[in-house]
Amino acid sequence: MDAPVTLITGTRIGIGRHLAEHYLRLGHRVVGCSRAPVEWTREGYKHYGADVADEKGVKAMFSEIRKSYGRLDHLINNAGIASMNHSLLTPTSTVSAILATNAVGTFLLSREAAKLMKRKGYGRIVNFSSVAVPLKLAGEAAYVASKSAVVALTHVLAREFAEFGITVNCVGPGPLATNLIRSVPKQTIDRLLAQQAIPRMGTLEDVANTVDFFLKPESGFVTGQTIYLGGV
Amino acid sequence: MEQALLEEAQAARHEMPHRDDEVRQVVDLIIDNVNQLRDTQGLKAPARLDSATALFGGEGFLDSMALVTLVVAVEQAIEEKFGTNVSLADPGAMSQEHSPYRTIGALADYALRRLRAA
Repeated sequence: MDAPVTLITGTRIGIGRHLAEHYLRLGHRVVGCSRAPVEWTREGYKHYGADVADEKGVKAMFSEIRKSYGRLDHLINNAGIASMNHSLLTPTSTVSAILATNAVGTFLLSREAAKLMKRKGYGRIVNFSSVAVPLKLAGEAAYVASKSAVVALTHVLAREFAEFGITVNCVGPGPLATNLIRSVPKQTIDRLLAQQAIPRMGTLEDVANTVDFFLKPESGFVTGQTIYLGGV
Repeated sequence: MEQALLEEAQAARHEMPHRDDEVRQVVDLIIDNVNQLRDTQGLKAPARLDSATALFGGEGFLDSMALVTLVVAVEQAIEEKFGTNVSLADPGAMSQEHSPYRTIGALADYALRRLRAA
């Protein structure tokens, strides 16, 4: 069977679920994971209960992928958490949790994926940052630090994995109508949108379109790049 | 306190030496993987390989990318053989004295310790 195998983290809801359904429609074999169980299922979709920051769980998931599919073509490091709070009111436990999921999780999944991808000498890794990084969003210090780390990881992993035929790129969405921003006040969102060249909320299709570009076999000369949506 | 715990752990390890057949199995597994890399990727390895053969650093025949490839291959081979997923990543990799990658025997010893800890 030649259908590509695509691993997407954080598929329970939001962007992750949308991407899982999108790539299933395109004929991929999609593997997803999330900490909490998913309440949806589709033919061709396999779900694992895994926390991206838990090395043991992640390695077990990759063992299963290797046994079941023998390959991995794409990794989409979508899983992420956020916490909107002034840094003076942010406990270090929150900072650690955000860094663990967003930065350590991206590192861990990329490392394990590259081990599997290098067997075939081909792979596409897409990470998720945020426009909060170039906008230096006040009130999101830990989140911005974690998403800056994702951009930095993208640059370095792109170089380390290039000789295995693996590209590593990053998409930085602006505000989207997902659970992640449900608690962000409207005036904050409006202020954010006003800093974009195209001042509207992003859509899930905008994100999928960018990921599509990075995953294309023809994008083999595109690596280490971050595309911020909305013209930030 | 930390030093005392470290010494205690080291002493405990000395009390449980690896069995010769276990060591031999892992050394053979590493040698098999070196040979595979020589055949499939043109790795320039010595004709005769044993547990004393230097791998990385000093007289070692691996460059940093070949080391990465070998370590990943050995991790996967260990999982296939022993059914246990171990990570052979190590922060002391670049240390001449303590690197678990300095010889085939050192890597086998490190892999067995990780297997026991898993």
